[in-house]
Amino acid sequence: MKKVLIPFVMVAVLVAIPYVGVTAGGQAYLFGVIVPYTAAAIFLLGFLYRMIDWLKRPVPFRITTTAGQEKTLDWIPYNRIDSPATPMQAWVRILLEVFFFRSLFRNTKAELREGPSFTFASSKWLWMGGLAFHWSLLVIVLRHTRFFFAELPGFVQPIEVADRFMELTLPAFYLTDALVLAAITFLFVRRLRDVKLSVISLPTDYFPLLLIGSIAVAGVLMRYVDKVDIMTVKALTMNLAQFSFDPVPGDIGPIFYVHLFLVSVLMAYIPFSKLMHMGGIFLSPTRNLCNNSREKRHVNPWNKPIKFRTYAEYEDEFREKMKKAKLPLEKE
Amino acid sequence: MSKYVPKKEDLSRDIQQKKGLLNGNRISGDWWDEPFEFRDGNWCHAAKPEVLQELGFPNPRKWAATDDDWQLPAGWEKTIKDGLKEWLKKSRSLKLYLDSCVRCGACADKCHFYLGTGEPRNMPVLRAEMLRSVYRNDFPLAEKILKGFSGSRKLTKEVVKEWHMFYYQCTECRRCSIFCPLGIDTAEMTMVVRDLLNRIGVNNNWILAPVANCNRTGNHLGIEPHTFVQNIESLVDDIEDLTGVKVNPTFNRKGAEVLFITPSGDVFGDPGVYTMMGYLLLFHHIGLDYTISTYASEGGNFGMFTSADMMKKLNAKMYHEAERLKVKWLLGGECGHMWRVVHQYMSTMNGPADFLEKPVSPITGTRFTNANATKMVHIAEFTADLIHNGKLKLDPSRNDHLRTTFHDSCNVARGMGMFEEPRYVLNKVCNVFHEMPENTIREQTFCCGSGSGINAEEFMEMRMRGGLPRAGAVSHVRKKHQVDSLVTICAIDRASLPALMRYWNPGVSVYGLHELVGNALVMKGEKKRTVDLRENPMAGFGEDDDE
Repeated sequence: MKKVLIPFVMVAVLVAIPYVGVTAGGQAYLFGVIVPYTAAAIFLLGFLYRMIDWLKRPVPFRITTTAGQEKTLDWIPYNRIDSPATPMQAWVRILLEVFFFRSLFRNTKAELREGPSFTFASSKWLWMGGLAFHWSLLVIVLRHTRFFFAELPGFVQPIEVADRFMELTLPAFYLTDALVLAAITFLFVRRLRDVKLSVISLPTDYFPLLLIGSIAVAGVLMRYVDKVDIMTVKALTMNLAQFSFDPVPGDIGPIFYVHLFLVSVLMAYIPFSKLMHMGGIFLSPTRNLCNNSREKRHVNPWNKPIKFRTYAEYEDEFREKMKKAKLPLEKE
Repeated sequence: MSKYVPKKEDLSRDIQQKKGLLNGNRISGDWWDEPFEFRDGNWCHAAKPEVLQELGFPNPRKWAATDDDWQLPAGWEKTIKDGLKEWLKKSRSLKLYLDSCVRCGACADKCHFYLGTGEPRNMPVLRAEMLRSVYRNDFPLAEKILKGFSGSRKLTKEVVKEWHMFYYQCTECRRCSIFCPLGIDTAEMTMVVRDLLNRIGVNNNWILAPVANCNRTGNHLGIEPHTFVQNIESLVDDIEDLTGVKVNPTFNRKGAEVLFITPSGDVFGDPGVYTMMGYLLLFHHIGLDYTISTYASEGGNFGMFTSADMMKKLNAKMYHEAERLKVKWLLGGECGHMWRVVHQYMSTMNGPADFLEKPVSPITGTRFTNANATKMVHIAEFTADLIHNGKLKLDPSRNDHLRTTFHDSCNVARGMGMFEEPRYVLNKVCNVFHEMPENTIREQTFCCGSGSGINAEEFMEMRMRGGLPRAGAVSHVRKKHQVDSLVTICAIDRASLPALMRYWNPGVSVYGLHELVGNALVMKGEKKRTVDLRENPMAGFGEDDDE
C-alpha cells in the first residue's frame, strides 16, 4: 500500500502548494507565469535531450519482431504491416500502433485450467481503457489550444462540437472529460486489483495517474462547479503564448492555479519518467525497422573484425584424420 | 524419466495448487523480496574450468549454483557496471527498453515460464525490471534522487544469483514482445545480462561447452571431421537399405554450387537424423550440386546465448568456408535460433558476402531476391519453390500413418516471419494436418521450453514447466483430432520436444519437416517402400496390403 500512499501524498502536497501559495501567499505571478515558463522549458529541453540521447545510440542489428508472413516467394502473400518489407510499411506499423494500439488489441488472458492446461481468451479491456485514456487526453490537449491563439485554429471548433456529450448542461459537457476520468479510474483500480499488476506496479506508475487525474478533476471543477473567470484566464494564457512577462491580468480563482501548477509539474516530470514512452514508441527497433535483413545489409557502426578459427587452423589440427576420411585438403 | 523432474502427477498438483499469482493469490510486499531457491531441476551446471580456459573466459573454477559462495572475482561489481555502461552506449534498444516501459502488464501472462512456474520474476515486465532496478540505482537520472519511489536497488551478490536463475528461465523467444505496445524485446535484456554474467564467470556448461566445441571442431557436439563424415555415410547406408537408392553427399568439395549447412543435431541426434535423411533424399531427387562442410558443420550458434562477439566468431565460419569452397550461395537446414542469426545478424556481422552470387534455384530458376544480401536460403523456402513448380514427385499418402500438427519455432516465427512455407510443404507431403489453437501458433507460438541453451538434463523440471503451454496445445489437438505427430523446423525442438511429449503427452512423436518430405518423395529407381525413414510401417503400403 506504501506504493500508492507515497504518490498520493505527493500529489496532495502538489495540490496544496499553489493553493496556499496563491490564497495565503499572494504568489499569483510565481504560479501563473514563472512556474509555467520554467516547466515548459524543462519539458522542451528535457524531451529533446532524451530523444537525441536515444537517437545517437546505434542500432547494431535489425531485430524486427515479425508478427506476420515475411516477403519471400512471389506467390506467397506477405503481411505488409506485421512483417514490413519497406520503410513506408514499417512506419504504417508504428503509426497504427501509436493511434490504435494494435499490440494491445491482440492481448489475451491466460487462465490455468484442470490438466493442468491453459486457455487464452481474447482480452480487450486494457486496449479499450488505454485507447480511451490516450485519445481523451489528445482531444483535451487539442481543445486547450484555444487558450493560446487569438484566432481559433481550424481544428478546434469541430473537435469541440464532436466532444459535446449533450447540450443539456451549461456550459456543454465534454465527453472526454468523463472518459478520461473513467479511464484513469479503470487503469488505477486495475493496478490495485489485478494480482499481477499489483506486483509489477511501482510508485512511478501510480504517480502519473494520480497527477493527471487531479489535473482533470481541477479542470472539471473550474469549468462546471467553482467557475473561474474565463476571460482573465485567456488573457493570461495569451500572455504566456506570446512569451510576455507581464503581471497576471486579474484575479482568477485558486483552483485555476492548482490546475496550472499540476500541468506544470506534469510537463517537467515527463522527460525524467516513463512518460517518455510517447517519444520512445517511434524509435523502437523491433517495430520501426523492416524485415528485410537478408535482402539489404544492415550496417553496425561498431562492428569490428574478429579473430575466429580459420579453416587453415582447423585443417592443421585434423589433417591426418581428414586424410584418412579421404577429405580434400588444402595442404597435403 | 529424469531424476531432475518430479512425477507428472506431483508437478501437475504443484502447478495447480501452489499459492501464487497464477492461481489469483496476492503477493504481499515487493517482488524483489520474493524468495527463490536453487534446487534439483531448476539450474544448469556451471561451465567446467577447462571449457572456460579453452575459450579464454574469466574466472574458471569449480562451483555450482547451489553453493553459498559463488567465488565471484574481485571487482565483479565494477565489471558488471562497466559492461552495462558499454552496452548502453552500443545499443539503442537496450537503453530505450530500460527507459520506456510503462508496466501496463500486457506481457505479464505471455511467458511460457511464467505460466509453468507462476514465479513473479518470470513475468517479462519483471524480468526486465530485474535489470532496470539496478540500472536506475546506478545511472545518473533524476530518478536517482527518488530511490524507493522509482523502484531501484543495489547490485548485490543476491541480485547476481537472481539474474542467473531468471535470465536462464528466458528462452529469448520474444513472445512477450509482440504483445508489448512499445515493442519492448525482453531478449535484448536477457542477451546483455547473460553476457555480463559471463564476464564474472557466472555461466552455463550446456551453452559454453558447445561453444568451445563449435569453435574447435566446427560443431556443437565436438564431432571431428572423420566421424562427421562417417555418420552421414551411415545415414546414406540406411537410406539405401530403406529405399534402394544410393545418395551421394560430398564433403568439403570445391566448386559445388551450393554449400549446405544444418545444425549438427541433424547429423547425430535422434530424431534429427531422419530429417537429415530427408535432406539427402531431396537433394538426390533434384540432382542438386551441393556439398557439406566438416569445418562449418554447425548451423546452430550457441554464441548467440553467450555474447555478441562469440556469436559473430562462430558464425564467421559460414562465409569463410563458402569463400574457400567457391560455392555460389548457401542453403540452410531447419533450425530456429540458427535462422535468427542468419536472418537478422549474419550479413551485418560478417558480411558483405560479395564473393557469393545472389541465390537462384538451379532447378526452377527462381531468384530468392529476399536473400540477395545474405545469400543464404532457408530449406523450407527452397522446397516450397520446388513443389510449387512441380519439380518433386510426391506421394503424400506415404505419411498417412501420421496425423500431424505444426509447431512454429519461436525464432523462425518472430525473428523471421516464416509461417507459410513450412505449412505449404507439410500440406503437400501429408494428408492429415490440424492446427493447434490460434493463440498458440504462428506469431503467438509457444516455445518448446528448452530454447536458448537450457536443454540440459539437469534442468528437466524447468523444461517441463516451460514447455507446458506448448504441450497443452498439442494435447488439445490430440484429443480433438487424434494428432500423434508434432512437426517442427527446429533442431532444438527435435532435441527437446520428445522429452516434453513423453512427459505431458505420451504417444506423440516429433518430426522434422524434411523427414516427412523424405517419406513422401518418390525416388527414381527406388524399391517398394513399406516403412518410413524410422522403419515404422506406412499405412496401406505393407505386404498384406498388396493386391
